[in-house]
Amino acid sequence: MTLNRKKFLNILLSLSGIAGLGAIFYPIFSYLIPPKISEPKVNSVKVGSASDFPNNSYKIVKFGRKPVILIKTVEGDFKALSATCTHLECIVQYKSDTHQIWCACHNGIYDLNGRNVSGPPPRPLTPYDVKIINDEIVITSAG
Amino acid sequence: MMKKITSNLVSWLDERFDLTPIRNLLLHKKVPIHKHSLWYYLGGVTLFLFFIQLVTGILLLLYYKPGEDSAYESVRFIVTEVKFGWLIRNVHSWSANLLIFFAFLHMFSVFFTQSYKKPRELTWITGFVILALALAFGFSGYLLPWNELAFFATKVGTDIIGILPVVGEKLRVILRGGEDVTGATLSRFFGIHVAILPAIFTFFLVLHLLFIQRQGMHEPEHFKNLPEDKKKYIPFFPDFALRDALLWLIVFNVIIFLALYFPWELGNKADPFASAPSGIKPEWYFLFMFQTLKFLPAHILFIDGELLGVLAFGLAGLLWMLIPFIKLKEKPNWKIQPITIVGILVVSFIVVMTILGYLL
Ligand code: FES
Repeated sequence: MTLNRKKFLNILLSLSGIAGLGAIFYPIFSYLIPPKISEPKVNSVKVGSASDFPNNSYKIVKFGRKPVILIKTVEGDFKALSATCTHLECIVQYKSDTHQIWCACHNGIYDLNGRNVSGPPPRPLTPYDVKIINDEIVITSAG
Repeated sequence: MMKKITSNLVSWLDERFDLTPIRNLLLHKKVPIHKHSLWYYLGGVTLFLFFIQLVTGILLLLYYKPGEDSAYESVRFIVTEVKFGWLIRNVHSWSANLLIFFAFLHMFSVFFTQSYKKPRELTWITGFVILALALAFGFSGYLLPWNELAFFATKVGTDIIGILPVVGEKLRVILRGGEDVTGATLSRFFGIHVAILPAIFTFFLVLHLLFIQRQGMHEPEHFKNLPEDKKKYIPFFPDFALRDALLWLIVFNVIIFLALYFPWELGNKADPFASAPSGIKPEWYFLFMFQTLKFLPAHILFIDGELLGVLAFGLAGLLWMLIPFIKLKEKPNWKIQPITIVGILVVSFIVVMTILGYLL
């Protein structure tokens, strides 16, 4: 293959064309991806008095920027689990009648240990540690 | 007097812009009259609904304030404080739904009369793009009131996009403006809904309409084969246009009726730290896809069931868009041609899944 002047110029032109487009689209594409906001590292949150929390009920609490579901069982034990459904990220709730964790979006069901028992959720909910310190409920990330 | 002014104006314009194409359209365009003529009106109705969206959308824009702390409040302000604000919002929501409904009807009527065939391939493709954009309009607009249902629908919807291989993760972050659905997502959806989509939509709409004007009305097989003297036509202008106008008037009244008696609920403000409310469902036009995904098992062989479903829908959409280029062998002695059977299957699938979505 001989490379004559015309061919050479054509190649040069198209290469610079591609480079030019790249120079336009790369910054635009990068601009579209939002910068990571540094999350304040939360290791524990206090969520009020343990004795005021009724048995067989729940509350969604903020753990940093993540929702965590805090449940007080019928027996009076506390459980804390990530409240974000492992299916498509809806926020789950506690069913006081069946004593299970339920996701309204697609009828996902977890047991009180966060294990996915039925419905679409593929994985269990991440557990958190709950401690009662001087009647104050303290949730800490497990592990 | 009036006549004189008009004709002067027309000749003034004519000298400068050559109005021949417009004159041709008005004087010579004709519409075939046959037993399927009814279907010719659907595109026009959809266009009319688009105009309603444009006008009411701009009106809503005057009071709407995007943002995590202001979006919900501004919509509530519109529907409770602003004079006729509730009406404008209801019309915008209802007309959006009807628009998608009529766009679907229009598409299927074109499909079954096989109007997408040569030389109308590009008309079909632009139409398909327009429908896809209309769905994107629906999806992005749904979030703007920032209520509970919208919040979770957007979470689920964008999460489904995130399932896609390779690009999914990035796309999800780009759409959400971060890892989660937050105020950043709302800003983006607002931008998409009022700037990006309208621009692209208008471009394809203009193309679509231009193609239709260049090609004229499609004549179905049975009509084309008639002897010349048996073919009936009416002029597009004014006869057909007037009938169009009448139908638009009827549709307009239906919308007003719906807006008056079936107001669109605002619901509760979105709270990223509240459980998803029970009974949440996507809008009806996403329901059939949603329901199908629900039926798929979590894993099919080694692949994630949802991923497979999403990919299958993508592929089906692509094939549907390329229908004008796909040749299915005609069977001379079949009462219903294979291509029609495909269409019937598609329609029944959508209808059945939608109904199941409501019942289950
Ligand atoms: S998001 Fe929870 S079941 Fe689908």
